[in-house]
Amino acid sequence: MKYQSQKVAYAYFLVAMALFAIQVLGGLLAGWIYVSPNTLSELVPFNVVRMLHTNALIVWLLLGFFGAAYYLVPEESERELFSVRLAYIQLAILVVGTLGAVVSYLVGIHGGREFLEQPLWVKFGILVAAVIFLVNISMTVLAGRKTAITNILLMGLWLLSLLWIFAFINPDNLSLDKMYWWFVVHLWVEATWELVMAAILGYLMLKMTGVDREVVEKWLYVIVATALFSGILGTGHHFLWIGTPGYWQWVGSIFSTFEVIPFFAMMSFAFVMVWKGRKNHPNKAALLWSLGASTVAFFGAGVWGFLHTLHGVNFYTHGTQITAAHGHLAFYGAYVAMNLAMFSYAMPQLRGRDPYNQVLNMASFWLMTGGMAFMTFVLTFAGTIQTHMQRIVGDYYMDVQDQLGLFYMMRFGAGAAVVLGALLFIYSQLVVRREVIAPGPIATPGE
Amino acid sequence: MSEILTKSRARNVFYGGSLFFVVVFVAMTVHSHRYIVETSTAGMPLTDEVRLGKHVWERASCINCHTLHGEGAYFAPEVGNVMTRWGVLDDPEGAYEMLDGWMQAQPSGIEGRRQMPHFDITEEEMRGLAEFLRWADQTDTQDWPPNDAG
Repeated sequence: MKYQSQKVAYAYFLVAMALFAIQVLGGLLAGWIYVSPNTLSELVPFNVVRMLHTNALIVWLLLGFFGAAYYLVPEESERELFSVRLAYIQLAILVVGTLGAVVSYLVGIHGGREFLEQPLWVKFGILVAAVIFLVNISMTVLAGRKTAITNILLMGLWLLSLLWIFAFINPDNLSLDKMYWWFVVHLWVEATWELVMAAILGYLMLKMTGVDREVVEKWLYVIVATALFSGILGTGHHFLWIGTPGYWQWVGSIFSTFEVIPFFAMMSFAFVMVWKGRKNHPNKAALLWSLGASTVAFFGAGVWGFLHTLHGVNFYTHGTQITAAHGHLAFYGAYVAMNLAMFSYAMPQLRGRDPYNQVLNMASFWLMTGGMAFMTFVLTFAGTIQTHMQRIVGDYYMDVQDQLGLFYMMRFGAGAAVVLGALLFIYSQLVVRREVIAPGPIATPGE
Repeated sequence: MSEILTKSRARNVFYGGSLFFVVVFVAMTVHSHRYIVETSTAGMPLTDEVRLGKHVWERASCINCHTLHGEGAYFAPEVGNVMTRWGVLDDPEGAYEMLDGWMQAQPSGIEGRRQMPHFDITEEEMRGLAEFLRWADQTDTQDWPPNDAG
């Protein structure tokens, strides 16, 4: 850690990991309700559990991005943060807002637009926090060295904050509501967040492989160009059946097919950089997470996205368990794993120690990734059966769901592995503090 | 390759190209906005009752169990075409009675069956919700879903 102010990232990562735990536990509970539907049905109904699961995910990923920015921008800009105090105020606002949202959901106060259910005051809190963040980071960057990594990171964070405005716009016309809702949801995860992801990946590659900055930055621009060229019009793959014009079927199909390219490029980029780099960086866990994130993102977002994006296919698969399968692997690979890569890289330095004891962290990678892969496979099978029975044969929804019980049980098992992996990850970051063997007194014979 | 594709060229392509796609996207969005208002959702007026129904739909966070036009959670049936499924798309009174009857019977309490919560909804709100679902059902969604099962 070169700059003192980088330390604020530590607080962000801690809160993010706490929410990560809540998110996966909420997911596990939701998975259990699929297996045993009467669980808590009167006390905390499924819709509330799901809101906690999705909202906790979104907030902790954002906290991870903010923390990552606070960590890497001082190093890139070669100066201290504009204001450490502002960074903590921003975090405090977000924590209060998050806790407020959780309590509101549990007592039944919430909005009804998926993922944007936060009460209005929380939405404003997020807006204020975003503005504080942008001011803080932009002032730091403007006063210091400008690099492609900070350019792209800032552009992603500015644009995603601007798009948040659409969280406040809720037309009475349902189809308009849906169209503008995607301005937040799609243009976050399939456009602006990809810029953030690419910037973080570029930074990690730069630090861990020792490849020339000029090479890393050039390819970063190529990657984010393919992300936005495909992702912006790729929004069309959500405008197929919501009352929007028919031309979106072709625009959406074609451009969202291109959305595979940036994820393939990021995966290739990560592997080529590691092969080309001569540095033997000691933080193997962060390297594993970086390569793993870009690989799983390619499969989850790229391959599983393409699987059901063509409008001729999506006509039958839209809103089935296929979508759930894709959503889980895509979010895990692209954003969860990339955040965990950044945590793995930064935490040892934030805690002022060498990156030793990585075995637990690497084990957590395989446990989580294996669990998510298995979950994706079983949900894909469930979705295939659902698509056939419900959309082709025309059997009723609940009759079809009754046939999928086995898959939901396996999904719960996969989810349990993910939870275990997540808790192991958090443990490996926080609790393991000693060197492998503590240098103590030489063992006395006879003991 | 490295002479043709320099960092500054890559950057300029990124900025220029992104701006181009943003402009195209905004233009298409403007057209889509008008298409939605004037064509695809024009089959039934957007009355105050429909608006009320949408607020009820949101207040209860129905979207986190059900799908509506295929979007939402996948825990409970599609409701974008529920009025067609019930055969009451053109019958406001029948739509209200079906919906009210269904929702008053929840939760079923049947062991091993997914449970829909009980919602405290006034008659006016229930009528609004029924109208909202009828309104959504008449939207031209390019013939989605493939059949009445939703």
